[in-house]
Amino acid sequence: MIANYGCEDGSGVYYIRIDTGKCGDCQLRGCVGGCPRELFVIEEDDWGDEMAVVREDRRRTLQAACAACKPQDRPPDPLPCQSACGRQAIEHSW
Amino acid sequence: MADGHIEKVEYWRWEESRWKNPEIPDWRGSLVTAGVDIGSTSTQAAIMTDGQLYAYASIRTGSNSPSSAVDAMNWALEGTELTPADLHYTVGTGYGRVNVPFADSTVTEITCHAKGANYIYGPTVRTLLDMGGQDCKAIHCDENGAVTSFMMNDKCAAGTGRGMEVIANLLAVHVEDIGEMSFRIDAEPPPVSSICVIFAKTEATNLMRSGWSKEKVLAAYCHAMALRVARLLERNEMQLDFAITGGIAKNSGVVKRIERLIGAEALRTDYDAQIAGALGAALMGKALHEKKGGKSGRRREGG
Repeated sequence: MIANYGCEDGSGVYYIRIDTGKCGDCQLRGCVGGCPRELFVIEEDDWGDEMAVVREDRRRTLQAACAACKPQDRPPDPLPCQSACGRQAIEHSW
Repeated sequence: MADGHIEKVEYWRWEESRWKNPEIPDWRGSLVTAGVDIGSTSTQAAIMTDGQLYAYASIRTGSNSPSSAVDAMNWALEGTELTPADLHYTVGTGYGRVNVPFADSTVTEITCHAKGANYIYGPTVRTLLDMGGQDCKAIHCDENGAVTSFMMNDKCAAGTGRGMEVIANLLAVHVEDIGEMSFRIDAEPPPVSSICVIFAKTEATNLMRSGWSKEKVLAAYCHAMALRVARLLERNEMQLDFAITGGIAKNSGVVKRIERLIGAEALRTDYDAQIAGALGAALMGKALHEKKGGKSGRRREGG
């Protein structure tokens, strides 16, 4: 499943996309410790499988939460969360 | 005005409804499952017997979510001779899913809407637009109603049922009349703000002052709402067939404008599209009950 967490507002479109098909059987869970803002947590989905999700209380403020990792002059590629994910399951929409 | 006081009309208040399937005369001996969808503005309870829709009720969510769940379920049960003790498995869903006091488990509304849409519209649905009270979701699903991707926007009430209620109250137009009224115009006006419902409300007030008719303002608002959800659909790469669930599915003013913007017709149904979440929850209840080896028969003597 492709899960898009985030929102659109007057300033732009801010979604973090997680391919749960890639992360479903990941044992390393690098995303949880790899994000300096601790945006990722592991939760059970509706079928009882564990997968990474973006914390519910941060989904409307991703632009601000990710700003420190995305300096406008030279954003790192890949981002810290993407580096930490061994499955290349994380993408940002902005 | 009567007896010296002014009667306040609640234009936003949509009609609560209840239905019982006349084609299922008796539920006895069947596996009876239920789903309760507590949304931000409405609550639905659906009852299924052996995977067929038997009865449902749709009411306004009150200030107390557990009471709303109980009220919706009691109303759905009314006239069916079923009691809560006859329900083999109940699933709670929606934003208030943890507040269904009699639920056996909870499932997210994304999963339930996809399952419900699969039941209501058939297995060809691939993209589902759930237009809820305070958020909007674009969901992709497969032929079994399993979610393959989703994207939601709940940052603002613009593009949601609550936004429509705000405009209904502002213009003193019953919310159920908005769709039809919005087409009584000579030419489609430009949309009002689709980013913020407060801006949209201010814009609508100014347009009324500048001489626009209510119909034209409603058209501009429905247009804005359609634009906002069409963008969400495009961003999540829409696939056909396409269907709409949630209360706004009943608003032709929004639905037809979405269809115009995306260049595709939404599937139509005789079911109430607002019950998709509760219906999907009841279907999930059947699957979960069967998974744990449950059978039909009275579950709890004495309830």
